[in-house]
Amino acid sequence: MSVLEIKNLHVNVETDQGTREILRGVDLVINEGEIHAVMGPNGSGKSTLAYTIAGHPKYTVVEGEILLDGENVLDMTVDERARAGLFLAMQYPVEIPGVTVTNFLRTAKTAIDGTAPSVRTWVKDVRQSMSNLRMDSNFAERNVNEGFSGGEKKRNEILQLELLKPRFAVLDETDSGLDVDALKIVSEGVNRAMENTGLGILLITHYTRILRYIHPDFVHVFVAGRIAEQGGPELADRLEEEGYDRYLEPVAK
Amino acid sequence: MTSTAMPTAEQHGFRPHSDGPFVPVQTRSERFRSVNVDDFEPVNGREHEWKYSPVAVFADLTSGELDGSRIEIESADVAGVDISWIGRDDARIGRAGIPEERAAANAWSSFGEALLVTVSGEDEKTAVVSRHGLGRAPRAAHTVIEAAPNSRGLVVLRGTGDARLSENVEIVVGEGASLTVVSLQEWNDDAVHLASHFARLGRDSFLKHIVVSLGGKVVRVNPSTHLAEQGSDVEALGLYFADAGQHLEQQVFVHHDAPHTRSRVTYKGALQGEGARTVWIGDVLIGNSAVGTDSYEQNRNLVLTDGTRADSVPNLEIETGDIEGAGHASATGRFDDEQLFYLMARGIPEGEARRLVVRGFLTEIIQKIGSPELEERLNAALEAELQGS
Ligand SMILES: Nc1ncnc2c1ncn2[C@@H]1O[C@H](COP(=O)(O)OP(=O)(O)OP(=O)(O)O)[C@@H](O)[C@H]1O
Ligand SMILES: [Mg+2]
Repeated sequence: MSVLEIKNLHVNVETDQGTREILRGVDLVINEGEIHAVMGPNGSGKSTLAYTIAGHPKYTVVEGEILLDGENVLDMTVDERARAGLFLAMQYPVEIPGVTVTNFLRTAKTAIDGTAPSVRTWVKDVRQSMSNLRMDSNFAERNVNEGFSGGEKKRNEILQLELLKPRFAVLDETDSGLDVDALKIVSEGVNRAMENTGLGILLITHYTRILRYIHPDFVHVFVAGRIAEQGGPELADRLEEEGYDRYLEPVAK
Repeated sequence: MTSTAMPTAEQHGFRPHSDGPFVPVQTRSERFRSVNVDDFEPVNGREHEWKYSPVAVFADLTSGELDGSRIEIESADVAGVDISWIGRDDARIGRAGIPEERAAANAWSSFGEALLVTVSGEDEKTAVVSRHGLGRAPRAAHTVIEAAPNSRGLVVLRGTGDARLSENVEIVVGEGASLTVVSLQEWNDDAVHLASHFARLGRDSFLKHIVVSLGGKVVRVNPSTHLAEQGSDVEALGLYFADAGQHLEQQVFVHHDAPHTRSRVTYKGALQGEGARTVWIGDVLIGNSAVGTDSYEQNRNLVLTDGTRADSVPNLEIETGDIEGAGHASATGRFDDEQLFYLMARGIPEGEARRLVVRGFLTEIIQKIGSPELEERLNAALEAELQGS
């Protein structure tokens, strides 16, 4: 069974004003098949955690470890991490002018599998996943994320999740900006991926509404760069009612 | 209007230039012209038409003696395209335009015979004129490409191997004709190629003019288009990829000189490596007879590494108030690391991810060429360029 372990993770970012410590000792263990929800106020470092797992060059790990089945993820380049089975659905997916979704997906699939996918089944798989996510087939010929609405970008992230079949996925506010229908469609996509591949998920969100469709095994409260509390699904409801106030130190507010 | 690559605010996407309104030095149509080299002062590099160019590298072409004998060409027989040599006194020479600078005048003064390519017939056809291995001695060439009224066709002038060439290319597009001319520069690393293209468009004619510069030490292709008659239309496209030590330049001029003429100028370039240098100057002149003009020009440069320099200078002169539209855009941007991260986060190795982004950036031009074979060929050439990186 696969496991993703984050141990005492400290992360800095270089800003114009100098070095800033953002993550201040994060511990988290995600087993294959588990869903962990991470909730926390704006600026608490949730995206920083997501980017650090994926290996974004802006974030410097100053202490701690990330291990995937005992292997040191921090030694891997961004693409090596993806090929090792990590996936990040981004909060703000970027546009890639001139690169079609079709070309992009095939290139990524080939990179991850190490061989080009069989033409016939691949085209079928892509079509099926797109139709599951209610993405019009003309998206295949459009440039990656170019002119996509916020919701379409999120669907495109989940499309990749379904097709690239990672072992662990970090979903950074995939629910933000989605209307109810889109939220359902995207959640179904995530659940389908769970059923098909049994991946582990780290679900970053501000709202409990997505947790009605994607049921977390664990909920973590993220405050000021570390996990302030963890519990089961009931913790999410409590957060919704009470907010984060009781976790915040007076100075931070 | 100069932007030197710096890893600063332009990190994400493109930064529009914002140096205020563009004030042309002089009305473009009033520039001095002559076919005689001696009518021009020796080149010192400070002239407006030379100030971006490494003039010392090709002093032989601006002031030396040029070999004006026939250049070696290869071309297959194509129905509806005739290729022949004509004498320098032939009346078909000098109809599209004449030189505005000394290298072009030197070529004009020196060539012995001109290559005449005539396109006739209404069905689509493609003729490729290959110039391969022109040697290392300075040479002059003259080409006239003529599209008969209502004809259609595509003519490719392709250069490979060695060259030290100064040339003039005249393009005469007859009434109602639709012509595509592609100038494809895939020269050797130490080649020098200076070209002036002069196009004259007849009534309701269409010219798609495409400059693709990939290989050569110094390549300067300056296309001018004279929209001389009502309803004429030019689409000027350019694609260039400058590696370390390469200088690729294009001075594009469009003269709207008749009612209801249209122009679209789109040039895109990538720069990579120490000393990679590109220049784009886009002059658009909308004359006082050119009512109802519709014009837009743009240049975009993608900077892949430090140590490069891209100059991008749009100029718009308007002599009539009665136009439909005229605009320009010019931007030079760093390679976007967020795009790279996105692709790599999907398992795509860095080199391949970079190539995808650059190819994506330039592909807009290739897709507009409208000839599948040529597009394939250009994609392959671009691929080779990217693989070399
Ligand atoms: N590249 C960066 N440069 C400067 N500061 C950064 C950078 N990335 C993150 N930060 C800062 O680190 C802190 C945490 O940011 P992060 O994006 O991780 O928060 P978040 O929990 O995801 O917030 P949100 O809920 O708004 O998405 C913020 O104060 C942010 O301004
Ligand atoms: Mg965030």
